[in-house]
Amino acid sequence: MTAVFDLPLDLDAFEGPFDLLLTLVLKEELEPAEVDIAAIVTAFVERLAEKDQLDLEACGEFLVLIASLLELKARALFPDEDAELSELEPEEAAEELARRLAEYRQMKDAAAWLTERLAGERERYFRVGPSPLAPRPERTMAAQDPQQLAVALRALAEPPPPVSLSHMGLRFPPVAQFLERFRAVLSRRRRFDFDAEVGGLNRVEQAVAFLALLELRKMGEVALAQAEPFAPIRVSRADSERGAEWIVRSA
Amino acid sequence: MDRPLRLITANPVDQLARTVEALLVVASAPLSVEELAQATDDDAVRIETALGLLSDRYREGRSGIVLEHVAGGYAFRASREAAAACGRLFERPVERGLSQAALETLAIVGYLGPCSRPEIARLRGVAADSAVAGLLERGLIAEAGRDDGPGGAVRYRTTPLFERVFGLENIAALPRLDDLGESAAEIRERLHSVAVGKTA
Repeated sequence: MTAVFDLPLDLDAFEGPFDLLLTLVLKEELEPAEVDIAAIVTAFVERLAEKDQLDLEACGEFLVLIASLLELKARALFPDEDAELSELEPEEAAEELARRLAEYRQMKDAAAWLTERLAGERERYFRVGPSPLAPRPERTMAAQDPQQLAVALRALAEPPPPVSLSHMGLRFPPVAQFLERFRAVLSRRRRFDFDAEVGGLNRVEQAVAFLALLELRKMGEVALAQAEPFAPIRVSRADSERGAEWIVRSA
Repeated sequence: MDRPLRLITANPVDQLARTVEALLVVASAPLSVEELAQATDDDAVRIETALGLLSDRYREGRSGIVLEHVAGGYAFRASREAAAACGRLFERPVERGLSQAALETLAIVGYLGPCSRPEIARLRGVAADSAVAGLLERGLIAEAGRDDGPGGAVRYRTTPLFERVFGLENIAALPRLDDLGESAAEIRERLHSVAVGKTA
């Protein structure tokens, strides 16, 4: 038996040995929430300091017990935090504590057995290192038909079909080109029909022309009118359209 | 009178034993009977016979090299009488300075593996990161998949090197877990007896 259980405590809520405190908590005669855990730890550390030699057995046992007490206190303080833990009765908590202690004791004993074993095997010397690599299996081809080989090679020698790059051939004419063009048209005529003006151009050029038209509208040089959606766009000089009846729709 | 010549050949198993002997010299890790049978293109029963011959030839007190059954296979090691000389020339880095925490972690992985760091930490009550990293570096444990479920933690198992360092024929040579430690009932009884004794 270690010196943990008879650790004298002088707390606000309790005065007596540590094991009595544990018993009262387990019997629910003392609220874990009222127990000053830090004071118990301080008392234990002070007691350790009085001794010349560190008692690891006592330290381990104390840690497990104080952790369990802390868990009980945490559950008492935050009853709804962890449904699973909160369902544990004090007796179940004690059982859980005993089970964990038993598991740890087994592993501690197993570690002690390993230590002893290692000491007994101290005189064993052997080579440690990576094993030589296993040889790679040799791959041998079965007998092949020369004609088939020729066919295969011929297929490899065939040039691949040319890849179409037509989609990369799009050339976008500069917007400035259409700006100048529309300005020139408007210098000759007061208004023109956009669709008729770009009718002979391809789709990309028409798109750029439309951008130029919007640019002119933005700069206030032209006025645009369209009777209805998809109807022809009428373009006119901005100054000539003041007071006009057309409905101007800004882009 | 002419007598027919009789061809004198070595015992075939003895010849096989020499081949097995050569394989064991080249190997730096224990070789199983199956591996030896595959390499020699011979059957397992004859390999075991050959190993029997070699075990008798390479044993403590008879040879500086000892054939041992360890880590699921057969391997050569130095004889114990040569240990002092070996110790002056060679280091034993794998087992040198194994801490108590490392040994406890090793025991947990040995008995419960494959197991993850959280499982080790739950049993020991402290984080196992440092101990696991040290054992990995020494080659005494290795990764063995992950826990099921999202964010599954890496699991660990002991390696053949662990068995070899501790001189175990295999992992089953560890003592039974039931024979170690106190039972939960004993601990509970002890806790209660102390507590009740004080309150009485």
